[in-house]
Amino acid sequence: MDVQLSWNLVHDVRQLLEFHFMVNALRAGTIVAVVAGAIGYVMVLRRQSFAGHTLALLGFPGAAGAVWLGLDASVGFFGFCIAAALILGLAPAGRAGEQSAVIGIVQSFGLACGLLFVSLYHGFLSGLNNLLFGTIVGVTDRQVLVLLVAGVVALGALAALGRPLLFASIDEAAARSRGVPTRLVGVAFLVLLGVAAAGASQVTGSLLVFALLVAPAATAVRLTARPVVGLVLSVVIALVVTWLGEGAAYFSTYPIGFWVTTFAFGLFLLASGYRAVVK
Amino acid sequence: MLTQTFMQHALLAGTSVAALAGLVGYFVVLRGQVFAGDALSHVAYTGALAALAIGVDLRLGLFAMTTVVAVLLGVLGGRGVADDVVIGTTFSWVLGIGVLCLSIVTTHRAQGNSTASATVLFGSIFGISAGDARTAAVVAVVLIALLAVMARPLLFASLDPSVAAARGVPVRALGPAFLVVAGATAAEATQVVGALLLFGLLAAPAAAAQRLVSRPWHALALSAGLAVGSMWAGLGLAFAVPRLPPSFAILAVATGVYVLAVVVTSVSGRARTPRVCA
Repeated sequence: MDVQLSWNLVHDVRQLLEFHFMVNALRAGTIVAVVAGAIGYVMVLRRQSFAGHTLALLGFPGAAGAVWLGLDASVGFFGFCIAAALILGLAPAGRAGEQSAVIGIVQSFGLACGLLFVSLYHGFLSGLNNLLFGTIVGVTDRQVLVLLVAGVVALGALAALGRPLLFASIDEAAARSRGVPTRLVGVAFLVLLGVAAAGASQVTGSLLVFALLVAPAATAVRLTARPVVGLVLSVVIALVVTWLGEGAAYFSTYPIGFWVTTFAFGLFLLASGYRAVVK
Repeated sequence: MLTQTFMQHALLAGTSVAALAGLVGYFVVLRGQVFAGDALSHVAYTGALAALAIGVDLRLGLFAMTTVVAVLLGVLGGRGVADDVVIGTTFSWVLGIGVLCLSIVTTHRAQGNSTASATVLFGSIFGISAGDARTAAVVAVVLIALLAVMARPLLFASLDPSVAAARGVPVRALGPAFLVVAGATAAEATQVVGALLLFGLLAAPAAAAQRLVSRPWHALALSAGLAVGSMWAGLGLAFAVPRLPPSFAILAVATGVYVLAVVVTSVSGRARTPRVCA
């Protein structure tokens, strides 16, 4: 494979689309960016970053276990992320400090299980890094289809939850007094978050999901206070970051995880600087 | 079991690091800095991989990286706890750099480093050398001593910052200082259970101790004891069942201890109310 970046953009894009694996990677990336941008925005509003991080990490044991058992990795990603979301959502709410400690314990134990599955399934070392840090090669047609279905369902559910969710996220006490079932809404949203995290894991790897889930949303929050504009902006930023990241990974020797996180962090810094200057 | 030298080294390093992690973990949970602790443990990966990419000692990278991030978190969180969004965005970027270092390591330093990434992520306590074990133990003792010096004011500042500040406790300086100790602990524990799993060693014994005992000093001691106990049981289990990776066994025991604590406290209805409403 001999690819060269040139000043001719049309030529570059043609090179980019020359191989089927890259087309699949771009398709998957686009779906994932839209879902992660939208759901991540609500996650940032609800201050559930730590839960999102844990859900993303739990995709790793899921995928490792699925590969060990000879199943498709996406089954494991989605299965474990959604199961973990239910556990976190339904666990009795203790006091604040212990709640996050429980999330931490679930996370470490899940990762330890991932290690166990990997070591039970020998010769999986390069696969290990791909599961954790992402790769642009190896997204299959079926995976793209699964991502598409999951993404459409998740976005549909987000739209259906929309108003009560936003209400509950911005002012939980007021929402509860108005009869919004905040606990149910919370659990439902965690499940959506699990779906988004599982999807993003398949592009950026479990460890770097935050680049798509948190950074675009955090950037959007710094640029606008209006929820709907912020949500759209978050999706756009996630798309730009993903496309740039995948393109850069294709034309360079460095991995996608590095590029996606770097672009996401760069935009976040720019937005923070912009807000500091304007205010 | 104890006649094997690799087991002796593992016990030496494991015991000292577990005691340290139990003590530091108690304060991390008490201060509600779980997410910061999580971020510190994950960036240790980048530190180690960067050291490998440059070609210096792995521990140098570990300690340098966790200390820098700890200071950053301490400064960013000057008015209390750092914003979780800032923590999340920053540490995912730092991890991204870790991936860059990984690709440099695997392409340019092909020899014998293909397993480095997995080792840093998940630890390799049975592979620790005599010198490394001794260094780990010495560093752990120094860090425990440091923590002992700041324990009283730190406990005061964690339980009630405003009263502590009024009494002349340097609350603002203690926060970053504690995070630096926590960062160094993360660097230590990375060598034992790995960057991805050390967080369980911090959180699980501490959360269990908090459930079982309400008096802070007792809980602190119990947390260290539970961490060391989990370490021993885990090492023994991994030795008895060679298919189990030691890091998994240690984490499984620690998680089991926490689950047990939850069951015991809810059955006997002894769930402790927090003495202070943070």
